[in-house]
Amino acid sequence: MSLKDKLVSSYIAFEDHLEPESPIHDLRNKAMKVFEEQGFPSKKEEDWKYTSLKSLEKTDYSIFPEQQEKHIEFKDVKKYFLHDIDTYKIVFIDGVYSSFLSETTHDSIDVCLLSSALNKSKYQPVIETYFDKVATKDSITSLNTAFAKEGAYIHIPKNKEVEKPIEIINFSTGNEAAVMLQPRNLVVVGENAHVQIIERHQSLSENAVFTNSVTEIFAEKRAYVDYYKIQTDNPSASLIDSTYVSQQRESNCRVHTFSFGGKLTRNNLSFYQFGERCNSTLNGITIIEDKQHVDHNTLVHHTAPNCESHQDYKGVFADKSTGVFNGKVLVDKDAQKIDAFQQNNNILVDDRATINSKPQLEIFADDVKCSHGCTIGQLDEDALFYMRSRGIAKKEARALLMYAFANSVLESVKIPELKNRINKLIAKKIGVSLGFQL
Amino acid sequence: MLKIKNLHAGIEGKDILKGIDLEVNAGEVHAIMGPNGSGKSTLASVIAGKEEFEFSKGEIEFEGEEISELDPEERAHKGVFLSFQYPIEIPGVTVTNFIKTAINETRKAKGLDDMPASEMLKKIKEKADMLEIDRKFLSRSLNQGFSGGEKKRNEIFQLAMMEPKLAILDETDSGLDIDALKVVANGVNKLKSKDNAVIVITHYQRLLDYIIPDYVHVLMGGKIVKSGGKELAHELEERGYDWIKEELV
Repeated sequence: MSLKDKLVSSYIAFEDHLEPESPIHDLRNKAMKVFEEQGFPSKKEEDWKYTSLKSLEKTDYSIFPEQQEKHIEFKDVKKYFLHDIDTYKIVFIDGVYSSFLSETTHDSIDVCLLSSALNKSKYQPVIETYFDKVATKDSITSLNTAFAKEGAYIHIPKNKEVEKPIEIINFSTGNEAAVMLQPRNLVVVGENAHVQIIERHQSLSENAVFTNSVTEIFAEKRAYVDYYKIQTDNPSASLIDSTYVSQQRESNCRVHTFSFGGKLTRNNLSFYQFGERCNSTLNGITIIEDKQHVDHNTLVHHTAPNCESHQDYKGVFADKSTGVFNGKVLVDKDAQKIDAFQQNNNILVDDRATINSKPQLEIFADDVKCSHGCTIGQLDEDALFYMRSRGIAKKEARALLMYAFANSVLESVKIPELKNRINKLIAKKIGVSLGFQL
Repeated sequence: MLKIKNLHAGIEGKDILKGIDLEVNAGEVHAIMGPNGSGKSTLASVIAGKEEFEFSKGEIEFEGEEISELDPEERAHKGVFLSFQYPIEIPGVTVTNFIKTAINETRKAKGLDDMPASEMLKKIKEKADMLEIDRKFLSRSLNQGFSGGEKKRNEIFQLAMMEPKLAILDETDSGLDIDALKVVANGVNKLKSKDNAVIVITHYQRLLDYIIPDYVHVLMGGKIVKSGGKELAHELEERGYDWIKEELV
């Protein structure tokens, strides 16, 4: 049975456990219909031209992993947390909430579970206003909507500046041969509120896991949202991450995506600016090797005037790895005085590595500043010679150059401990110990 | 220290150096002058080991050892230093971190431990002061956004830190105003000793007013066509290169 057929038939059983009266139930039914009609996207679709889901469709994933709370010792997974500073934590193990590893709160802010938000009446106004309101109705997102029952629920009320970062961590244990997980996060940041969020998917065994994750982020007027995605999963893990950001007037939202792991990673990152003077930042560093594949599909939709968007994606591709950058900027007719910047720079370390980079600008306003640039190259031979002539061996010189190349993206990471962590991940990924503290 | 015999080298099948002979001993300063395109920078790069040049014939002996087959980093470890005409920008790596890496990699190649941090700091401070380099400059990304003069001063700072046996200064004077030129030349003069040697590659005699050469060589068409003392540099400044061409005919 194909994965699609398995999902479609599983939905009937899944539906039995849902409350028939919930408005979400109706949403799920509609979403399931979309998925049933369209199935998984194929390479025939322009947006999926370079990313094939065929191997995933053929894998026999367990759709409902065991629903009991599993126990993992903190010391065994400490390294996946930002443990040197105090954080809120929402942790899931095989899709099930781990109360033991988590540190949630309802003290002036809500950092808790989507399942409780969906089921408790006091959250209904928020759910009805925001849930599934910015996510598009494509088949992959619809699949998540149909099955979504767990994930992070973060609600920051007006004028609240959250003092510590929030970590959302999805562990998979691999106790079952292959599991499919569909986490769903909802983040609502009120007027003038500030929050920093770090999200991570991490399998703890070599067994295959397929995560189809959807996150909706709502930034109200003057809200400030800083969101970091750390993608360092093991080489058998596959991840489709669809993140939708809705921005109101004068809000500032930044999403950083660090893609170093996994077998197949697809990031659909869409920003919608609905008010004037919004600022959007989409930054990414991809460093992959072997046969890894990372696809960044970004969209910034400017609907209001006097806004800015900045995209800076850098990639280092070794061995037979493949990368995709497909960045779309859409400027509506009324969105005048937009400053949209897009940059995608890539280094192919091996001649067997591939990158497909495709910037798309669709501009209907006449007074805008939009620029995009894309480079694909090898390491600069003159720079290598310069370093080697100073006694730095070829391997270290290459590493230093790759580090320097990726570094400019790190400049905008606002949490020093996280920046330090990413620095180390980069050094490790490049496989070199440098003669100084990064 | 350096003995070059009948050196032929080129790039993409085109000969640039067509039989260079040059001997540099410890304690000496040699100037190599010549018109544009005569092969001066190629000679510097070939001595330092740049791989894109094809080394077709001849010998490069350094401290009694043939080095023409060695990697650039191995030559650096033996004490060859090239100050670049166009230093490369490396964003995200500070001047301090770069020089620490260079020094410790060189020490590692010699089987030594890393230089202790306190010693390193002391040395950095001493050399930066000598070259009138602002401390803030050292925490900037290497060469990124540096003016032409800052880049050259930074090259000489690295030279001072690495204390090579043979320093090759490739057009170090270009892009420097007279004050910066004096600081840089003064730095080079302070580093000079009876145990090391300097090759100054330049277009103009200006730098040679401050770094006084023992020998001046004229490179034309890939060959050293005339050698002499420091007075040759003055003569070239006054008369240009045409008279040498005429002499050759």
